[in-house]
Amino acid sequence: MDEIDMDNEDEKKSSDQDKKFLNPTPMLDELEEGPWPSFITGIKELAERTKKPMLRGVMDQLEYSYQTRMGYWKGGLVMVRGYGSGVISRRTMIKDKIPEAAEFHTFRVQPAPALHYSTKMLRDLCDTWEKYGSGLITLHGQTGDIMLQGIEESKIQECFDAINQAGWDLGGAGPAMRTGVSCVGPARCENACYDTLKLHYRVLKYFTEDVHRPQYLYKFKFKFSGCPNDCSNSIFRSDLAVIGLWRDSIQMDSTEVLDWIEKNGTDSLVNNVINRCPTRAISLEHGEMVIDNKNCVRCMHCLNVMPRALSPGRERGVTVLVGGKNILKVGAMGCTMVVPFFKMDADEDVDKFIELCESIIDWWNDNGFEKERIGETIERVGLKQFLTGVGLEASVDMVAKPRSNPYYKSKY
Amino acid sequence: MNVKRTWKTVESGPRDYQEALHPVVKKNYGKWKYHELPKPGILKHVAESGDTLFTVRAGTPRQDSVDLIRRLCDIADKYADGYLRFTVRNNVEFMTPDEENVELMVKELEAIGLPVGGVGPCVSSVAHTQGWLHCDIPATDGSGVVKSIMDSLYDDFKNWQMPSKVRLSTSCCAINCGGQADIAIVVKHTRPPRVNHEIIANTCELPKAVACCPVAAIRPTVVNNKQSVMVDHKKCMYCGACFGACPAIEINHPEHSKIGVWVGGKNSNARSKPSLGSLVAHNLPNNPPRWPEVNEVIRKILTAFKKEGRPWERLGEWIDRVGWKHFFEETDLIFEKDMIDSYRHARTTFNQSAHVRF
Ligand code: HEM
Ligand code: SF4
Ligand code: SF4
Ligand code: SF4
Ligand code: SF4
Repeated sequence: MDEIDMDNEDEKKSSDQDKKFLNPTPMLDELEEGPWPSFITGIKELAERTKKPMLRGVMDQLEYSYQTRMGYWKGGLVMVRGYGSGVISRRTMIKDKIPEAAEFHTFRVQPAPALHYSTKMLRDLCDTWEKYGSGLITLHGQTGDIMLQGIEESKIQECFDAINQAGWDLGGAGPAMRTGVSCVGPARCENACYDTLKLHYRVLKYFTEDVHRPQYLYKFKFKFSGCPNDCSNSIFRSDLAVIGLWRDSIQMDSTEVLDWIEKNGTDSLVNNVINRCPTRAISLEHGEMVIDNKNCVRCMHCLNVMPRALSPGRERGVTVLVGGKNILKVGAMGCTMVVPFFKMDADEDVDKFIELCESIIDWWNDNGFEKERIGETIERVGLKQFLTGVGLEASVDMVAKPRSNPYYKSKY
Repeated sequence: MNVKRTWKTVESGPRDYQEALHPVVKKNYGKWKYHELPKPGILKHVAESGDTLFTVRAGTPRQDSVDLIRRLCDIADKYADGYLRFTVRNNVEFMTPDEENVELMVKELEAIGLPVGGVGPCVSSVAHTQGWLHCDIPATDGSGVVKSIMDSLYDDFKNWQMPSKVRLSTSCCAINCGGQADIAIVVKHTRPPRVNHEIIANTCELPKAVACCPVAAIRPTVVNNKQSVMVDHKKCMYCGACFGACPAIEINHPEHSKIGVWVGGKNSNARSKPSLGSLVAHNLPNNPPRWPEVNEVIRKILTAFKKEGRPWERLGEWIDRVGWKHFFEETDLIFEKDMIDSYRHARTTFNQSAHVRF
């Protein structure tokens, strides 16, 4: 290209720019390059089509953030009638500079368990959201909400009424029960040891009041995984993790085992299955694969490698773990097992489980400090005290090993 | 507004899922037998009834427009009987019992710019956070960092080139909403916060601000006759917890808010127990719009893992096997004094043995 062409190119660009609704965003434009789908391209397309000033404001503010390397949203309080959570308020700190970013509030909306949708549900939601809000949606927030981002306070109630009429309700925020997360479970996974969707649905429905009206010490999150693969990332990311497992033996289809060995070779069986079992519970006896189910810790590895040959046992239920959280305030914590096995077949089991959850949450609210997650309360007060308080049997399954220091009050 | 409200709120909680399930899912609910991975991005599930269900998984920007979502719905209507779902890592999934639909869907997804992949021994999309686009405390962006990373890892998302699954997360403040992952990108501040004494008494509840600090570095004080707080710079370790609790204690800074990289976090129980990540690179500049320095560290880590990891071994499990010294050598990253833990339970991370590699 010679110089004259370059000039023309520039001229053409600036005259294109004249017709554009959005202001120039040179730094954000760099995020339109490269093969991964670009959220910037998406927002631009939406803004140019709908000409919503709020979207122009958001793009201007984001560009300004990129240039100055600082954030410019401030929080506040915006609510729908009767609720104390579910709307996250966002107003710009730099209204003088970017008046169009004055308001950009967000709805946290609870999706169906395991994030299933019919196109009808999703299209209706899009139409409503385009009518009242910006048309920008996060699928999904880390806590599992649909986040409808960008609406003015004056339209909040009307918009909520419309989505509520269509069957949606808001999720949690603040010191409240939060939206739950569940893995795809029995809907499409052979490993599911209980109905994650149903339990998620029933439990969160039961605690709906506490989702909408923050009255806890801090946040409380449920996550439901159908097996120890823990696809909902529950152990480090929820206050109460419900993980499916079985109590009897792994089901083994010996024809399929032979088929697998035929296809993959004995080397692979030894290297990828037997040697990778964390408790060395698998062995070859006279060329046949044998699992010592008493020593199997239900880690799922061998089932993952040989899905046709191995499946979870028949006597299924869940294990309940409590107290996971991230950094704030005393460092990241994983959940601790507090009920090794809980049957979860009948509706009565679900009722019993909900009762247990209630007493766990009550114990926390009675014994914790403000802004303390349940994991921190248990660490501060003691697992022993937690078990006594909630009325759970202590078992050796709850520890990696028995105590190694003698500082405790022994019974005599 | 004075418009009369005619609707009375129904506190329905989570959305009912019955009407959201694909008919083949409904029919075989809880009766799945096994699955196979015919090729990258595709799952094949077989039910006890003999029914098969194909799933096509594709990456999304997560920060979606209604336009993109409607396009996804068009594809679902055309090929997946009007149903779709999402994964916790923001991928979209379409299910169909008809094998012919699979390739057609792949084509249409790629045509609208969505890569098919993320299943099996590959990099999946990033669990990420809000960032400058929408959060009120971020030191960096979420979606922009992810876009830059996934541009570089595009082929690793679409192909099986990794020993095992690789899961990533990003977090735009030190609170770390993104969570544990094989590789986690997390903001790390390098200076204490600055207290705005003029506004703090009216902006925040001071006792709460004092209480929120993990190392008790915040104390009440009076400045210019106004109630305020002071930060003990000797104690403060720049976590930013106070900023989350009180916007008048500003921690974010265009230069001094840096980025750290943590490896070996794991959520699943498969083989090894779930584990927390370890810090292996820090003080990387917060460098929008493309964060090249962060990308370079990820590249180094994944190149080494690709070369040395064994089948089914997650990143942290590989390091457990070969040792941290080897990890640092092989990735060309530098272990520094600051990577020795100094908080509660630090001792559990020390080598209390004579084991050593030379
Ligand atoms: C200052 C205000 C904060 C904002 C605006 C904010 C924003 C968010 C958002 C938007 C999400 C995803 C939510 C969803 O899916 O519904 C999230 C998740 C999360 N937040 Fe925050 N957050 C804030 C404070 C905090 C604090 C103080 C903590 C630590 C205690 C925290 C820890 C987390 C964690 C660990 C997650 C993800 C965990 C999960 O998988 O559930 N956030 N945050
Ligand atoms: S957690 Fe287990 S049951 Fe749930 S989707 Fe993952 S592998 Fe399947
Ligand atoms: S599930 Fe895990 S612990 Fe149990 S036999 Fe298989 S590999 Fe071993
Ligand atoms: S990681 Fe921090 S800054 Fe980012 S969205 Fe979460 S709370 Fe906000
Ligand atoms: S940054 Fe962290 S350590 Fe420093 S004063 Fe704030 S809360 Fe305390």
